[in-house]
Amino acid sequence: MNSFFEESMFAGVVLSLFAYGIGVLLKKKFKLGIFNPLLISIIISILVIGFGEIDYDTYNEGAKYLSWFLTPATVCLAIPLYEQWELLKQNHKAVIAGLIGGTVTSLTTVFVLALICGLNHEEYVTLLPKSITTAIGMGVSEELGGYVTITVAVIIITGVMGNMFGEVICKVFKITEPISKGLAFGASSHAIGTAKAMELGEIEGAMSSLAIAVSGLLTVVLASVYAHLL
Amino acid sequence: MKYLKQIILILLITLIGELLKYIIPLAIPASIYGMVILFVCLMTGAIRLEDVRETGKFMIEIMPVMFIPAGVGLITSWGVLKSMLVPVFLITTITLVTVMVAAGRISQTVIRKGKDEKDHE
Repeated sequence: MNSFFEESMFAGVVLSLFAYGIGVLLKKKFKLGIFNPLLISIIISILVIGFGEIDYDTYNEGAKYLSWFLTPATVCLAIPLYEQWELLKQNHKAVIAGLIGGTVTSLTTVFVLALICGLNHEEYVTLLPKSITTAIGMGVSEELGGYVTITVAVIIITGVMGNMFGEVICKVFKITEPISKGLAFGASSHAIGTAKAMELGEIEGAMSSLAIAVSGLLTVVLASVYAHLL
Repeated sequence: MKYLKQIILILLITLIGELLKYIIPLAIPASIYGMVILFVCLMTGAIRLEDVRETGKFMIEIMPVMFIPAGVGLITSWGVLKSMLVPVFLITTITLVTVMVAAGRISQTVIRKGKDEKDHE
């Protein structure tokens, strides 16, 4: 099957989207958090290329066109932000407090757990930027001397988990204000979490978009301080 | 023409974002520069909402599928990830919860305090 994938420009894209479609159907039928369309599509695609003995690079030759849209799509997150500007202005204190609190908590939790797990400096700084968007997180990890490939993997795992369990966490900890839900998604699981926040509502989506940018930039500044701790 | 115009505008802003990333030596991605530029343009009226709305909303709606290739790419980093699997799993799960609770509950407390003060006025 590898040879056909090598010839085809659309195989990777169609496989990914088809797998996502199956995920959406399963989610509709079973209404369980574990049937997260993004997770399902990743698993199905991995299984197909695994059993079909297709190289990741061959798959990605087509699938990369999906990733290509990420940068302009992230740019477009300015649209819900603009639409919710009045609400944001009225609640600027809550937003600032929430995002500073979220970022400091992220870095502190990683630090404490790194101590407990006995990680060395390189492993610690690899995990420091785990809550922020991939492009910024890679830069932070590289700057601090972390293993960039692991950082990327951990950022994606964090995002998918936020996308899957975010709603449950909000419910359990009684986070009910749409603004706060959005900030929680964006601060903890960046753009992948924001994709979920967008499904919950326009306010959630806008606040989550804002959180990607603000938490990302705060982490750039604070991570260099935290890096000295271990 | 409407969609063509919208996509050109969005890609143009993305391109300016890439240019800024190229010029400015900071760990800030092109997408964040672009997001700020589009936001400022919308606020100042340089770009009207109807100039980007439909295409923008479409891109945001299909955003989850854009992460599939990166997720599938985890199989290529499995080798390096394997050695750190337990701490990675532990730190990822716990941090997700602490950060969501911190950002969510802190902002919620401030919002509700504000609402209470308004009620007492």
